[in-house]
Amino acid sequence: MTRLGTITRYVLLALGAIAFLFPFYYMIVGSLQTDPDPTLAGAFPDPSNITGQNYVNINERVNLFVGLANSGIFTGGVLLGTVVFGTIAGYALSVLKWRGRGATLVLVLLVQVVPFQLLMIPLYVMIARDYGLSDSYLGMILPFLINSTAVLIFRQYFLQLPKELFDAARIDGAGEFRILWSVALPLVRPALLTAVLLTFIGPWNEFLWPFLITKEAALQPLAVSLANFISNVAASTSNPFGAMMAGAVVLAGPAVALFIIFQRYFVSNDLGSGVKG
Amino acid sequence: MTATDAAPTRSAAAPDEAPPSRRRKRWLGEHPLGLLLSTPYLLFIGLIFAYPIVFSVWMSFQDYFFAAPGAEVDRPFVGFDNYLAVIQDPAVWRSFGNVGIFLLINVPLTVALSLLLATALDKVVHARTFFRVSYYVPYVTASVAVVAVWLFLFSQNGLVNQVLGPLAPEPSWLINSALAMPTIALFVTWKGLGFYILLYLAALQNVGKELYESASVDGAGAVRRFFSVTVPGVRPATVLVFLLATITGANLFTEPYLLTGGGGPNGASTSPVLLMYQKGIEQGNPDVASALGVILIIFVLIIAWLQYRFLGGKES
Repeated sequence: MTRLGTITRYVLLALGAIAFLFPFYYMIVGSLQTDPDPTLAGAFPDPSNITGQNYVNINERVNLFVGLANSGIFTGGVLLGTVVFGTIAGYALSVLKWRGRGATLVLVLLVQVVPFQLLMIPLYVMIARDYGLSDSYLGMILPFLINSTAVLIFRQYFLQLPKELFDAARIDGAGEFRILWSVALPLVRPALLTAVLLTFIGPWNEFLWPFLITKEAALQPLAVSLANFISNVAASTSNPFGAMMAGAVVLAGPAVALFIIFQRYFVSNDLGSGVKG
Repeated sequence: MTATDAAPTRSAAAPDEAPPSRRRKRWLGEHPLGLLLSTPYLLFIGLIFAYPIVFSVWMSFQDYFFAAPGAEVDRPFVGFDNYLAVIQDPAVWRSFGNVGIFLLINVPLTVALSLLLATALDKVVHARTFFRVSYYVPYVTASVAVVAVWLFLFSQNGLVNQVLGPLAPEPSWLINSALAMPTIALFVTWKGLGFYILLYLAALQNVGKELYESASVDGAGAVRRFFSVTVPGVRPATVLVFLLATITGANLFTEPYLLTGGGGPNGASTSPVLLMYQKGIEQGNPDVASALGVILIIFVLIIAWLQYRFLGGKES
């Protein structure tokens, strides 16, 4: 490796990092400005121009706590559904042999490439109009209840467990349920974290579906209420960009923090096995 | 219950009388529990994917409208009327053109930048985690949150125009009908790049190290090695990136809805999915919106197939 090559590589990577991180830095700086300062100097924090007022302002228009709680319930419901039903499906698709297993596995893969635009209208008609589930957590959660990528991660993980483990348990007289509960599930805990992280960013960041299904502000996840603020009411605020940035920091914060803390579980193999982003 | 259905065929094939449990196993497989454990997932797929797809195609051939739950209404079969309504609408053609511009910018840029950054990242020793994390952060953040920053950056008096000074476009980026769609394409490329870098990083692990060594021995420089070893080595991943970027791009909704205030200026950044939302839900014509969805999917499938043939077919 030549020295010049190494330097070029680091310069390239550093430019990339700046391009990726600067908007986030600017988000935080902008959220703290009393007067929005879009000049180049405004990109650096100015002690005389710092305030927390933007957070207060956005909270008056969009109840941040309610938004966060709704995002949390929406995400929590999806995580619960994925962990409960996804693990057992992943177990059935890896360790157990049964008729229809191959076809089910093909379904899991196929579902990953079904574009949401084909489902948007019929799901809206079914869930909002036929079942009357608009403005409810159930209606929000239902289309995301089981994350198929997580099913594949669980399956991948169960496949890595040695066959002898299950054979030994069977010889010892353990029933299939007992094997799942006492042998397989305790061993799959590391995969749980990866699957939960991956599943988390879906509903937490999701905009289109909860936007369609919730009209009542008290039930909207933060992504939806912040979007409504941006498209409708922002102009009527004294410092609209400051308030928008403050809301953006609150929305981005939990996902980014979780990702940074657990980034080593966010590995390429797991994402590569799922197709959809 | 299924065991009884199976019995005649089984006994014809194997006349020896098997105990009931063994017969059940022959029909359902060695572990019937597998079917039971998969039932919730299969029900979910049926309700959320399979049924809506069929329903959507059915609806696109009906005069379908919203009615109060439980109300008996007549929704006649109307053949291709909804499709005609879609095809005759100039706004639809405009939106397909817009998404075409989007894909022409977004897809090549995504492939080139993600491969370049993944290759650089692959060989790096220092600060690897820092770079990795910084590339993925936009990907794990909600579109709505980063859209807010881009609105600020690309506004009339925003930082981008301040830096450009006299070179700033007039009218500004997102309200300029020639620049709105390219700006959205740039945003989506930036937002999603981390995911594709991740895919390429995984693919690069499969490129044989000895190929690079023998290329070096043959006197190939770094640039030559990149084009002669890396690019062909990751071709399967490139096909995947092409396909995924195209499917994601055809799904475009949040960005034009928020960045350009619902597809402005004058429909210059309207996407087909945004139009589906406006027609289907705002204006209450889910039948026309479904027809538009079906047409969109057919377009996406054709493009995806062409990409697959063109990129994957050269594999020797």
